[in-house]
Formats: sequence, structure tokens, C-alpha cells
Amino acid sequence: MEAFGLLLHGFAVLLTWKTLALMMVGLVLGIFVGVLPGLGGPNGVAILLPLTFTMDPTSAIVMLSCIYWGALFGGAITSILFNIPGEAWSVATTFDGYPMAQQGRAAEALTAAFTSSFIGSLVAVLLITFLAPMISSFALKFGPPEFFAVYLLTFCSFVGLGREAKHKTVISMSLGLLLAGIGMDTVSGNLRMTFGSSELLRGINFLVAVIGLFGISEILLTMEERLALRGHAASISLRVVLSVWKDLPKYWVTLLRSSFIGCWLGITPGGAIAASFMGYNLAKRFSKDPESFGKGRIEGVFAPETAAHASGTAALLPMLALGIPGSGTAAILLGGLMVWGLNPGPLLFVEHKDFVWGLIASMYLGNVVGLVLVLTTVPIFASILRVPFAAVAPMIVVSCAIGAYAIQNAMFDIWLMLGFGVVGYVFKKIGIPLAPFTLALVLGNRAEDAFRLSMIGAGGDLKVFWSNGLVGSITTLAIVLLFWPVIDGLLARVGLTRTPRPRRSN
Amino acid sequence: MPQTDLEIVVDDPTAPEDDSPSLVSSGTIEIFVCLLLLALAATLGYDNWRTGASWDSTGPEPGYFPFYLSVVLGGGSLYGLVKALVAHGAAPETFVTRAQARRVMAVFVPTLLFCLATQFLGLYVASFLLIAGFMRLVGKIALWKSLLTAVVFTAIMFVTFDIAFDVIMPKGPLEAAFGY
Repeated sequence: MEAFGLLLHGFAVLLTWKTLALMMVGLVLGIFVGVLPGLGGPNGVAILLPLTFTMDPTSAIVMLSCIYWGALFGGAITSILFNIPGEAWSVATTFDGYPMAQQGRAAEALTAAFTSSFIGSLVAVLLITFLAPMISSFALKFGPPEFFAVYLLTFCSFVGLGREAKHKTVISMSLGLLLAGIGMDTVSGNLRMTFGSSELLRGINFLVAVIGLFGISEILLTMEERLALRGHAASISLRVVLSVWKDLPKYWVTLLRSSFIGCWLGITPGGAIAASFMGYNLAKRFSKDPESFGKGRIEGVFAPETAAHASGTAALLPMLALGIPGSGTAAILLGGLMVWGLNPGPLLFVEHKDFVWGLIASMYLGNVVGLVLVLTTVPIFASILRVPFAAVAPMIVVSCAIGAYAIQNAMFDIWLMLGFGVVGYVFKKIGIPLAPFTLALVLGNRAEDAFRLSMIGAGGDLKVFWSNGLVGSITTLAIVLLFWPVIDGLLARVGLTRTPRPRRSN
Repeated sequence: MPQTDLEIVVDDPTAPEDDSPSLVSSGTIEIFVCLLLLALAATLGYDNWRTGASWDSTGPEPGYFPFYLSVVLGGGSLYGLVKALVAHGAAPETFVTRAQARRVMAVFVPTLLFCLATQFLGLYVASFLLIAGFMRLVGKIALWKSLLTAVVFTAIMFVTFDIAFDVIMPKGPLEAAFGY
């Protein structure tokens, strides 16, 4: 029960007027970001990150994580009321949420969405509270070889288990790793790939790339579509809330199943998007009446929302415990950690107790406050969509530029952001996934350092990655995952797996 | 159940037409991107080989990792190139239609000009110009609304970043005239 005491300490850190105010600001900004088209959780967090540069790390992470919770809540509003998923992970919510709104049950659907989001996050936060300290204290024994093995596992699982064409994932990841290597080499001090440019000396900042890849490119993509929308603006009365809550126990299996899926996919690099679809599909499959899904069934809102939020929250677990982000947004928070001068990894739990437990406590508090906030203010946020995109788009561009510039006070970074915007736009359109790129860019240097430190320690002998049971099994697992599609195919050929997976076209 | 069910309706008069002809196919863009990546891989690979990409007694030299990553990137792009070339011609998928391209350019060009203006006039003046200009010219929003929004937004950004949070943005001649 040590975790419990530390959690209480976290709440004590949190309960100051200043922190609470920042939390509210973060939540409001987050919901805003979640509702607006062309702005999502990761961009919102990346753009608003510069605001936190002059804060102490605890206030900063509280505000940023609240932006994240807010964005998760906000995504549901547009899915249900307008049939426009504000975020990719709320696509599944539209399946039953929008029909409910059409039937005049918008308030019910919104309450269901917000409540299940809350439950999903809560389960994941409980998991983080008790599991993260254990994992991190275990990881304290890790040396460079173990860390490299874990990084390798992360990269390999992306390639082996990703849905996209393998060569596209490989391109995306190797490009990210290469760009991460630009600038001063941290081990030898040599310059690499700078081509004599003093601007490239600093290296390519991860956050600048993210703002371009997700912020600018998203604006370009949004403009391609028809931006007309038509929907309902519902306000939620206390009666509706209570009637939905009264029925909650009936759906405990769905909620629990979705929370579990969400936590699992959040920790592994499956992500919130996969989790929401899986939650929805499983709820449908196990339902006694699968035909009624898609026609406005409340379970069809509960299932994906719970899973998406559980996953979005659980993605912070590997970020906190090991310094490996489980999602794009977690990667950006990790980038923030480095800006604030904290070293991500298991040592956080030892050296920065206030920070870690303040963050965990803010997950509890932020979700409670967020739930109340969205339930009471839905009409205001829904009406944001009345603002024409022609007014929103330039403001987002300006915010992106401010964010990109503020990170290193460099004009060059604004140009870099623009370049990454174009890259992101093209990559998204030809199906090169951006998640491996982001992950590689943020972890690249640390992975390389870990590898080279292991090599220096072992005198250049690769056998160090199989020198004990732990590191050996992680490395082996990584290699198995990398070649998983091949292995899976071979197993299917000898008839060891029952159902050969259908071949995916491209 | 009592609830106010107001409709929110937003129109998009300049939306790209659905039947607009394809400007370029995804296959062509894929080939182009793969060629670019291949060139990048070759450049970076060469640079790293020059830095030193071999394995000395203490492990890999600084260029070792990036050199082999360039090889991997090159291999991936080459595979993608061949694949795209083979598939080329058969049922081309639209990368972007003409109407979509027009809309994308309507955002991209102002953004480019904004970056240029930031370099010379400072971020706040550029921000004012971008918002007012975009709303008026692209969004066809009333001039007074555009100007007001631009002034208010820029002012809020200035107060938030430069004054409240001490995050200093690039400035130009206008701010200099006011002593910032």
C-alpha cells in the first residue's frame, strides 16, 4: 500500500489554487482542441507545450495531461452530435452515437460517452497507480543492454504487428531514426549529417516535427473535404444523467471488457484507435442482439469510448515507468519531460516523486473535473463548430508557428515545421504511417546511446544482448516480432495455426 | 425528456466538387516520394560513410548506425519504388482532385507567405496579416469581422506568450517602434 500513501502525497501536491486553475485551463483548451476539426490530441498538446516552458514541471505536466483528457472528452461531442469524429479514435462512437442523436437521444448518448470515458480512464489510472511503480522499480536494475532490448522490442513490434504495408513502416521508422541522428553525436561528440549547416547542428527537434506532421498537415487534409456540417446541439439535464447512470450496472461486462482491451492496447503500441474499434466489435459480437448495433444502441457508445480512454490513459504507463511512449501524445509528453529537464525512465519514480505522483493524482482529479465540465458545458462547446473553418485554420497555423518557434527560439524551426507539414500530408495520403516516425524520432538517440554504451561496456561483443535471461528473452522476442508476418506465414503453411489470416491487399 | 434540440448548420460554399477530375494519381506520387527518399538515403549514407561507419574496438563508430539506417531506408524505398512501378497504370487511385488541390493550395500558399512574413515582419504582424487576409480572401467573411478577429487573436497571443509566459516571439519593425 505504499502506492496509496504516495498517491495521497500526489493529491497534496496538486491541491493548490494555481495547479487547480491550470487544470481547468488545460481541460477547457483540451475539449476545445478535441471539438475543432483539424486539431487533435497530439497537435493540441504539441502546440500548447510552449506555454509550459516557464512553469515548474509538475504544473506543466498537470496542464498538459489535462489538455489530453479534455481532447479525449471533446472528440465524442462532435461524433455524436455531428457524425464527425473529432479524433480518429472516436470514429467507432459515431456508429451508434449519431443514430441516437437523430432519434432525439443526444443527451443520453453524450452522457453515456462521457461516463464511459471516465470509467475507462479510471481503470487505466488504477492500473498505472499500482503497476507503474512496480515496473519502474524492476526497471531500475536495467543496464544499457536491457534498455536497448526494450527499445528494440518497441521498434520491432511496430514493424511486425503494424497494419500498414511493411515496407512503409520500415521507411517511416528508418527515416525517423535517421533524422534523430542529425547533429552532435552524444557519445563521441562528432557531427553527423549536418552538411556544414549551423542550423542542423542543433538537430531536428522532435516537437517541431510533430507540430508540422500533425498540425499543419491536418489543416491541409481538412481543407480537402467538404466542411459543411449539420447537427444537433443538445444540453444535458441532470435527469438524463441520473437515468443513464442508473442503468450502468447493466452494462458492467461491456465496460469491463472494453477497459481491459483498452489497457492492453494502450500499453502495447496498438493505440486508442484500434482499441475503440475492437471494443465496439467485441461488444457487438457478444451481444444477444447484434442486429440492433448501428441503430442507436447505448452499448455501442459505451464500448468504444471506454476502450479509447482506457487505451489513451494506459499509454502513459510505459512512458512513466520505462520512458517509452505508448502513443503519439505520450511521445509528445515525453518530449515535454526532456524540455523541462527531467530524464524519462524508471529513475523518475525515485528522483521526482512529486512530479510522478502529482501527475497520477491529476489523472484522477482531471477526469472527475473533466466529466463534470463536459456534462455541464456541452452546448457551448458544440457551438464552437459554428465558427467557420476559414477563421479557425489561420489561427491554428499561427499557434503551430508559435509552438515551433518557442521550443528553441529559432526561425529555422518554423520553416522546418512547414516542411514537415508537407511531408505529413503526402505520407498520410500514400499510406506511410506517421506513428513509427514519431516514435523513432523521440527514441532514436536514446536507443543508439543504449546500444553504444552496451558495446563499450562489453568491448564490442554483440553477445551482451543475450548475456542473461532477461535481456536475452527481450531481444529474442523483439526479433520474433520483427519477423512475425514471416513466421506466421510459415506456421500457417505447415498447418500449425487454425485460421490463416486473410491476405491484406497492400 | 426535456431537452433543447437546436440545429447547428454550417455551410461550405467553396467545397471541392465531388466530380472534379483527378490531378495526379497516388501511384505517381508514391514513385516520386520513393525516388526522393532514395536520393536522401544515398546522401545521408555517403555522409555517414565519410564520418566513419565501421566497427572499432569499442563498438560502432558515430556513422555506423545512421549508415546502416540509410541502407535500410534505401532498401525500403527501392522496394516501394518497384512495387509502385509494377502497380502503376492498373486502376490508378486519385491522390488529389483538381478542386481539392485548389483548396489545399488556398491554405498552403498563405501559410508559406506567413512564414516568410514572420522572418521579416515578426510573428505578430504576420499573424494579423494571415488571419485577416485568409478570412477575407479565402473565407469571404466580412472585412470588419476579419480585421477584428485578427486583432483580437494576435493581441491575445501577444499577451499570453510575450507578457504572461515570457515566451519571446520573433519581432519586426512594428514592435521595435513600440519599444519591444
